[in-house]
Amino acid sequence: MSANPFDTPPLLDAARSLRGPGNMQSKRMRLNSVRRYAVNHLVTGLAVLSTLLVIAPLIAILAYLIYKGASSLNLAFFTHIPAPVGEPGGGMANAILGSGIVLGLASLMGIPIGIAAGVYLAEFGRGRLLATAIRFTADVLNGVPSIVMGIAIYSLIVMQQKHFSAFAGGVALAVMMVPTITRTTEEMLATVPHAIREAALGLGVPKWRTVLSVSLKTASPGIITGCMLAFARVAGETAPLLFTALGNQFWSYKLTEPIAALPLQIYAYALSPYDEFHRLAWAGSLVLIVMIMVAVSLVRIYASRGVLKGAS
Amino acid sequence: MTPPQMTIEREPNPSMPAKPLTAVTNFVAASVAAPEGAPSPIRQFLRARGSGGVADKTFAAVMLVCALSIFAIVLFILTILIARSKLTIAQFGFHFLTRSAWDPVSGDFGALPFIFGTLATSLLALAMAVPLALGVAVFLTELCPQKLRAPISFVTELLAAIPSVVYGLWAVFVLVPIMRDSLGPFLSKYLGWTGFFEGYNFGVGLLTASIILAIMILPIISSITRDIMLAVPTSQREAVLALGATRWEMIRTGVLRNARIGIVGAIILGLGRALGETMAVTMVIGNHPDISKSLFAPANTLASVIAGEFSEATGDMYLSALIEIGLALFLVTIVVNAIARALVWAVTRGTPARAN
Repeated sequence: MSANPFDTPPLLDAARSLRGPGNMQSKRMRLNSVRRYAVNHLVTGLAVLSTLLVIAPLIAILAYLIYKGASSLNLAFFTHIPAPVGEPGGGMANAILGSGIVLGLASLMGIPIGIAAGVYLAEFGRGRLLATAIRFTADVLNGVPSIVMGIAIYSLIVMQQKHFSAFAGGVALAVMMVPTITRTTEEMLATVPHAIREAALGLGVPKWRTVLSVSLKTASPGIITGCMLAFARVAGETAPLLFTALGNQFWSYKLTEPIAALPLQIYAYALSPYDEFHRLAWAGSLVLIVMIMVAVSLVRIYASRGVLKGAS
Repeated sequence: MTPPQMTIEREPNPSMPAKPLTAVTNFVAASVAAPEGAPSPIRQFLRARGSGGVADKTFAAVMLVCALSIFAIVLFILTILIARSKLTIAQFGFHFLTRSAWDPVSGDFGALPFIFGTLATSLLALAMAVPLALGVAVFLTELCPQKLRAPISFVTELLAAIPSVVYGLWAVFVLVPIMRDSLGPFLSKYLGWTGFFEGYNFGVGLLTASIILAIMILPIISSITRDIMLAVPTSQREAVLALGATRWEMIRTGVLRNARIGIVGAIILGLGRALGETMAVTMVIGNHPDISKSLFAPANTLASVIAGEFSEATGDMYLSALIEIGLALFLVTIVVNAIARALVWAVTRGTPARAN
């Protein structure tokens, strides 16, 4: 802070100088500078205070979560299915598996489409009106509330098939992943130097091969980052799964049946009146957050080391 | 492709026998190669592999289809929501948005209480979050020692990574008791005369929902504002400082004034997020379709009424009303986000997309 030489006459000095002799003009100027430095320090203080105020809830949330979650985690949480009401014990093994299945399904559908759309925007659509429109639509789709995505997929798949299913949940999450992945893929491809593409094309490599083996390969660290971030984002989504995957108290592997998912189970247990269920909800939240944070942290480390700094 | 493969092979791949010169090869190849008699091995190889024209076109088409699918998704959501809510659209028309009745038993529906709840919680959350977010952004870009910058921005981005349902869980077990036992009584004692803090305080209600919303949208607003402020050229700052400004005057005239359009965009993006936020709000807002002046009163938002009542909606009319609420939410967030994106784009063109 002391790097700025214009801060050097501190408040006290300015105030002291008021007492010295001088005409009205300079006195007013000095008074003015007292005010200016006072405002400067006030605002600096406010900025620091607001930063502390923002960090405090995060620390509070994380600390409370770790405290409550860690004290209720045990092996049974990872191996057992939920116990009936009133019985102690039980776990969320089926929800962890269910989340894995739904997220895997979403990634299978969302990642290829997202990357391909990004490839179009960066490699084929540069400067075209269509590409600009698609880019804008992707950004807007990114902001559509997840609950709307949930009822749209419900209206499409669940109403047609007349039953809730893991597949519908996967589609809802996939749709949410696409815009994020598209935009990061495009941004990452834009950082690939043109000289590399031209070198490949100059050797007679067809365009499609250039895109796949040169552009995408060069940009792959950033694209993987984008995919991981999209994954982390949908991993905690509850709203789109409420009316698609629905949740399940038992083991379920079939894509055509309702399936449990960690966020759904946390939601259901948080609103239940039983202490045992609250305990499981905290444990589930801790597991979910640790999963997401590990993914995000890995991405950040990866991104800060990789060629494409600032990818995340 | 690895570099050795990119160099031209001397021997053509046996699985792709050299084809004779046909009309398929391009014009240049034909005109150059023909007078020399036997084509060179390089040309033979290139010819053997084909021009790649068909593959290129197919590839480009596949990429285009995937890109167009983004349009398709938006259009599709719109059409399906309209199709499924045509019952209530036919019955109530645009008055659906201004009616305050919500009676599933007699089939009388209106969205006004939820629009009120959504606007009240979002605007309150913005009022709490925006000053703080600006403070954080100013601190991170202008005041913070270099060493602290990365950890603090990392921490604020972690806030963005916490799932909504976990915020909700925390709010139910920590924030609600605080509101009920200490903050709520404090507010009604000292600010009760304003009329905003009247009535019975259950701990759940508009104010609690707004506080958790504010915590959730803070990181989005502050990280975008930070990016926008970083995009202001250093020469601007130096110029203002050289005129004898204090640091705050430099920030105000040199940075904030230049970045104001982008900051407004960031705030509107935060608003878009707050409008559609579902889980945490559903868990602490009290879920009651009331319009009340008191911030302690339970309410409901567009998103939370869908989350709370969709699975118990039995009649066709009930379902249709809820889907029409979803449609309204969809349209509002599309408009809000489009405005925000346009503003942010105008300021930071070419900076990486943020996963928000």
